[in-house]
Amino acid sequence: MKNRRRVKNKNGIANIYLVLVFLVLYAPIFYLMYYSFNSGGTMHKFEGFTLDYYREVVADTRLMIIVINTLVIALLSSAIATIIAVIGALAIHHVRSRRAKNTLLSLNNVLIVSPDVIIGASFLILFTIVGIKLGFTSVLLSHVAFSIPIAVIMILPHLQEMSPTLTDAARDLGATRRDVLTKVILPIIKPGIFSGFFMALTYSLDDFAVTFFVTGNGYSTLSVEIYSRARQGVSLSINALSTLIFLFTILLVIGYYYLNQRKSRPAVQIAEPVAEAGVPR
Amino acid sequence: MMSKGKSYYLIPYYLWIALFVIAPVLLVVYYSLFDLEGKLTLSNYANFFTPVYMRMMLNSFWYAFLITVFSLLVAYPAAYLLTRTKHKQLWLLLIILPTWINLLLKTYAFIGIFGTFGPVNNFFDLMGLGEQQILFTGFSFVFVSVYIFIPFMILPIFSALDEMNLSLVDAARDLGASGWTTFRRVVFPLTISGVRSGCMAVFIPALSLFMITRLIAGNRVITLGTAIEQHFLVTQDWGMGSTVAVFLIAIMALFMILTGGSRKGVRG
Repeated sequence: MKNRRRVKNKNGIANIYLVLVFLVLYAPIFYLMYYSFNSGGTMHKFEGFTLDYYREVVADTRLMIIVINTLVIALLSSAIATIIAVIGALAIHHVRSRRAKNTLLSLNNVLIVSPDVIIGASFLILFTIVGIKLGFTSVLLSHVAFSIPIAVIMILPHLQEMSPTLTDAARDLGATRRDVLTKVILPIIKPGIFSGFFMALTYSLDDFAVTFFVTGNGYSTLSVEIYSRARQGVSLSINALSTLIFLFTILLVIGYYYLNQRKSRPAVQIAEPVAEAGVPR
Repeated sequence: MMSKGKSYYLIPYYLWIALFVIAPVLLVVYYSLFDLEGKLTLSNYANFFTPVYMRMMLNSFWYAFLITVFSLLVAYPAAYLLTRTKHKQLWLLLIILPTWINLLLKTYAFIGIFGTFGPVNNFFDLMGLGEQQILFTGFSFVFVSVYIFIPFMILPIFSALDEMNLSLVDAARDLGASGWTTFRRVVFPLTISGVRSGCMAVFIPALSLFMITRLIAGNRVITLGTAIEQHFLVTQDWGMGSTVAVFLIAIMALFMILTGGSRKGVRG
């Protein structure tokens, strides 16, 4: 967009405001990281530099198992959710009538707009009734369940951008339905599939409330672990852990944007569903 | 891929809708009709209309309202200024980035920041105000929640502002409208959709933030979310918990209908 209207005298105040917003957004995160090196063991008096808490985190086998749990759940659930989401996006895309399409979309979005507590509680009831043991299976299933809709939302626009003449042409040239799917449609919507997978991954890694409801004793993910430790008060190993998580997150984000650098889909569009989703899970 | 009727490969998705979208809602409604002894009764609903729960409802709403209003007040100017920067996509990414940090870690950071010896209290000391109890108050709960939600309020407002046709602003100015009038009569009405989705994205989750209330506000603040968590995981009274959930779902549905039905799920 051209036409940048810059009001000179207001620029100073504007910049100060923005800087303040950024400061407030980032201060707590850096505060955590700063104190992870505090030999004093508290979050208020910095006594000296130490890496003890990092050693503690790395040496903590239970914590490492939980980290692995979290990653396994995230990767597995995102993969499964993305596959089902591709199917779902195709289903929604192929529905002819407007009303049916809107109904499907609304049903799809129910889990996006539901508060986490409701999702957690209702899934807990569901698993208990069906008789699924609370633990790995229940956590995996709920993560798949709440990741599907966001992945669908990420994939759909790509399907809608696809020109129907392409599939018609493929059919005319004698492609079977399966060929059309694997050789035409999937390659075209690949970026959407990637962003869907990525969104599912972040949903899963961030989720606390749902997991908290549907996990049984002995099985825990990072968020649940952080919650139970934080309830016991300040322990700097959480700080060390959060620094590591922050670095990991930044790597993920960089990786994601690197993947997304094909044609300029503006970040807003990528980020929008997150905003729609309410709380980062 | 001509849609020749329903194909068998669509089954997983429809199965998901049936099992994880429709069934849970029905189950919650079903459970809300049973008391602790497993008798079919409407007593949970009667309970819900007692002063205790009504106060909790009002409390919840009041806090969610405050959180939404403050988030909006902070986010709107920020979004507005962001659209005016060069490299706005980069700045936007920087706004999004904190949302990828686990919500619990950020909440945990505030335990330190608001703590008795934390930086905020040090500042108060310097100002000669003495130490204040910040944790375990309604204020800290609202502050931390607003902090968590700001990016989610900024994003939709930012995209609404970004899509706005700037020549309309110019036209208003040319026709002699003051800056404030232009904002009130042109800019704000044009971006109301973004404000709406921002409020949606904040208000509903704000009704159910049980982990922040537990960690930051102790048990001083009870929200609907806290109540559901308490009933399901502590007192094991699923009937009452489901009843609260039913009301929360109803409120959510109402809220969505009021704020213009379906939000733009897919942008064509």
